[in-house]
Amino acid sequence: MDRAEVETRIRSLIAPFNKKGADIADATTFAGDLEFDSLTVMDFVAAIEDEFDIIISMNQQAEIENFGQLVDAVCKLSDK
Amino acid sequence: MTGDLFSKFDDIIALRQSLLAGGGEDPFSLVMEKVLSPTRAICNGRDTILLGTYNYMGMTFDPDVIQAGKDALDNYGAGTTGSRVLNGTYQGHKECEEALKEFYGMDHAMVFSTGYQANLGIISTVAGKGDYIVLDIDSHASIWDGCALGNAEVVPFKHNDIDAMEKRLKRIPEGAGKLVVLEGVYSMLGDIAPLKEMIAVAKANGAMVLVDEAHSMGFIGEHGRGVAEAQGVLEDVDFVIGTFSKSVGTVGGFCVSNHPKFEVLRLVCRPYVFTASLPPSVVATAATSIRKLMHGGEKRAHLWENSRTLHGGLKQLGFQLGTDAPQSAIIAVIMPDLQKGAAMWEALLKEGLYVNLARPPATPANMTLLRCSLCAEHSAEQVQTILGMFERAGKAVGII
Repeated sequence: MDRAEVETRIRSLIAPFNKKGADIADATTFAGDLEFDSLTVMDFVAAIEDEFDIIISMNQQAEIENFGQLVDAVCKLSDK
Repeated sequence: MTGDLFSKFDDIIALRQSLLAGGGEDPFSLVMEKVLSPTRAICNGRDTILLGTYNYMGMTFDPDVIQAGKDALDNYGAGTTGSRVLNGTYQGHKECEEALKEFYGMDHAMVFSTGYQANLGIISTVAGKGDYIVLDIDSHASIWDGCALGNAEVVPFKHNDIDAMEKRLKRIPEGAGKLVVLEGVYSMLGDIAPLKEMIAVAKANGAMVLVDEAHSMGFIGEHGRGVAEAQGVLEDVDFVIGTFSKSVGTVGGFCVSNHPKFEVLRLVCRPYVFTASLPPSVVATAATSIRKLMHGGEKRAHLWENSRTLHGGLKQLGFQLGTDAPQSAIIAVIMPDLQKGAAMWEALLKEGLYVNLARPPATPANMTLLRCSLCAEHSAEQVQTILGMFERAGKAVGII
């Protein structure tokens, strides 16, 4: 799966969580720009895990602050 | 210029000030000036019924328990001043572990200085680097902190969701060690876990299972061993974690297990090794209490009766509760928001009733809860008094 495809699929998954309809770029942060609280993060991560059939452990989540990092991480995890 | 490391707490300080600005009593600074019984105390100057103490079996004032503590103080002194693995294991610690082994019918028992440390120690030690911990998202802080202290990969799943748990277990790389962490009773809403189904799934996927039975010991299951016993799956649980600070009525924590190599944990579990052991009086009260809990059938039945009466009565008054039916000795009353919750808490205190005010982040889904925990020593009459207090306070605050 190439990066563009992963990005498109993640964008469609974010939509229901992006309550303010903020623009999303690689540098968009989840906690700051999208104002995700811990409950939203949990639901969002679960949606991504199910879509790509991967695990993003809490340890890995700690390294992911913005959209671009998430796309990169999912690319890496789904390649395994 | 020195940056103030405390500025990260500014939001919490502001929230607390806004809550207290109304002139109310501080829900987090209550002082019990005198404790009259397991169910009554003088709180902030008022004679108060206690409905938020987790003192499920009312063992705190049991005469045999108190006598055992006094004898141990006389014979062994006030404290051990030492680690369990050095100079801190007395006869009483071994007797306490023997009582636990008998209570649970298991081969090994290890007593920690608190329940918090039991989870911290067992989870961080058993699951190491490269292993996976799969846990319920509503797990207690001590479980999360056990995950944070260790080096395993931490994978949470939605509360009590068997499917979500199974999917995550199946995605774990082949060969990695797996520990599933569950609780019998979840203390915020007082709901129980479908342990039978969850443990079957965990075992089918090659995981070891740890169940925290802190809020079930003494009154759930035929022998009071907890939810796993009640659902007939205690034999499949690798580690049961429990506490002395609830039904047992003192302080301390433990892990019981049938794992043949369990005893090695005494050497490698840092929250067990690098802290002083429990005072002799505490392990003596705990051991006596645990042995008495083995024969607590009548008290158990009365506790369940109390739980059903309170749950049914609050429901009838129009309060929104955490569970449709009473599943444990915890009844959680859901408040519309933190402000109303704090007002209701204070109105109840003025009526002469103490409950726990629970708020985010400790609560699921950002709820504000008034958490009631019943005691086997609450009389049927007290429960009716409590319902009257809830009715008056609820109407005054505008919740019902």
